[in-house]
Amino acid sequence: MARIDWRRWIEEGGDALDRDMRTFQAITEAPEERDPFELPHPRERLTYARFHRWSHSKGERILKVIYFSLSVLICLGLSALLISTALDLPQFGADAELIDNDISTFYVEEGLRHTGAMNIITGIILDFRGFDTLGESHVLFVAACTVLMLLRLPGGDDPESQLARRRAEAFDRHFEPRGDVILANCVRVLAPLLIVFGAYILLNGHLSPGGGFSGGTVLGAGLILYLCAFGFARTGRFFNFKVFRAVTSGALAFYALSKGYVFITGANGIENGLGPGVYGRILSGGLLMPLSVAVGLVVGCTMYALYALFRKGDL
Amino acid sequence: MEALSTLLLLFILVSAVAVSLVKDLLSAIILFMAQSTAMAVVWILLRSPDLAITEAAVGSGITTLLIFVTLKKLHAIHTQKEVENRDGKD
Repeated sequence: MARIDWRRWIEEGGDALDRDMRTFQAITEAPEERDPFELPHPRERLTYARFHRWSHSKGERILKVIYFSLSVLICLGLSALLISTALDLPQFGADAELIDNDISTFYVEEGLRHTGAMNIITGIILDFRGFDTLGESHVLFVAACTVLMLLRLPGGDDPESQLARRRAEAFDRHFEPRGDVILANCVRVLAPLLIVFGAYILLNGHLSPGGGFSGGTVLGAGLILYLCAFGFARTGRFFNFKVFRAVTSGALAFYALSKGYVFITGANGIENGLGPGVYGRILSGGLLMPLSVAVGLVVGCTMYALYALFRKGDL
Repeated sequence: MEALSTLLLLFILVSAVAVSLVKDLLSAIILFMAQSTAMAVVWILLRSPDLAITEAAVGSGITTLLIFVTLKKLHAIHTQKEVENRDGKD
């Protein structure tokens, strides 16, 4: 039994004897520690051993056979279902007799008048199906935010987070080439081309093939290539967390505002003074060009952010 | 044109099956990338350049990169030195 601590008794008061008695009881009455894997009875142990042996030799083989045959059966069944469905479809390129479905003709014939897009696909994506695209952009944004929450390293100055950042950088350097001459010279030629091509796709989305998603991914790929060749020190000068936050939320807010008012006006857009699309004139086709630029910025930033977060744990 | 698209579709089929059969993860990613690139050409032959641009950029560009980085993070890809060390020990 522990010695009675008189000094504590004087300072704190209370019953010192009682307190010591309680610690004593806590020690003696603690449950006995047992090996959780030890089986008490020899017969039980024998049964367990037999089951263990069975499951490791015969049972595993039986399970493997069942698993294999089931997977083959399910795979064959699904393929048969898909192939039979595909055989039922109208022949490719044939003038399908879709009697009840005149929406595609409507889109092709009236698309320019309703949306102002020469490239009818952009018209469908950003106007007729504008809310779908808004949702898709938000999905990308939320994905980037989730990765940010999961993978971003702490940015504080305390030794623990500094250690984490140093470790991530060491791991990154271990795999990625630094100062690779071939890569750097190739990227010096390729990255500007890619970025300009991405911008072209974004700005011409309403006139020629392209649009927000494709242009954004090309832009993101150009940025990632630049990052691979020249490292975070160079990209960090123009792209960091603040830029990412401002660009993505600004673009999404612009998109939501310029599409959201349609809820109130009932699918009637406000006059924008730009008129329908004309070949060769970027400033035409209503709001489609700014909208596709907004979508492209969100997509490009998200792609770059995902890559950077996976590699370094920060933007 | 018919012959080209048949060839490309066959290539897509073969590489898609190969992706699931190949043991090495690095080879699987590269096969997946090749499949995507062939698919982009097929989209052009089917007269949908919009999809072709997206497929080329997303399928063979970004997706491959992201899978590469993920595998690196999971220590599933080894550097040349590590492979040499491992093979030397065996």
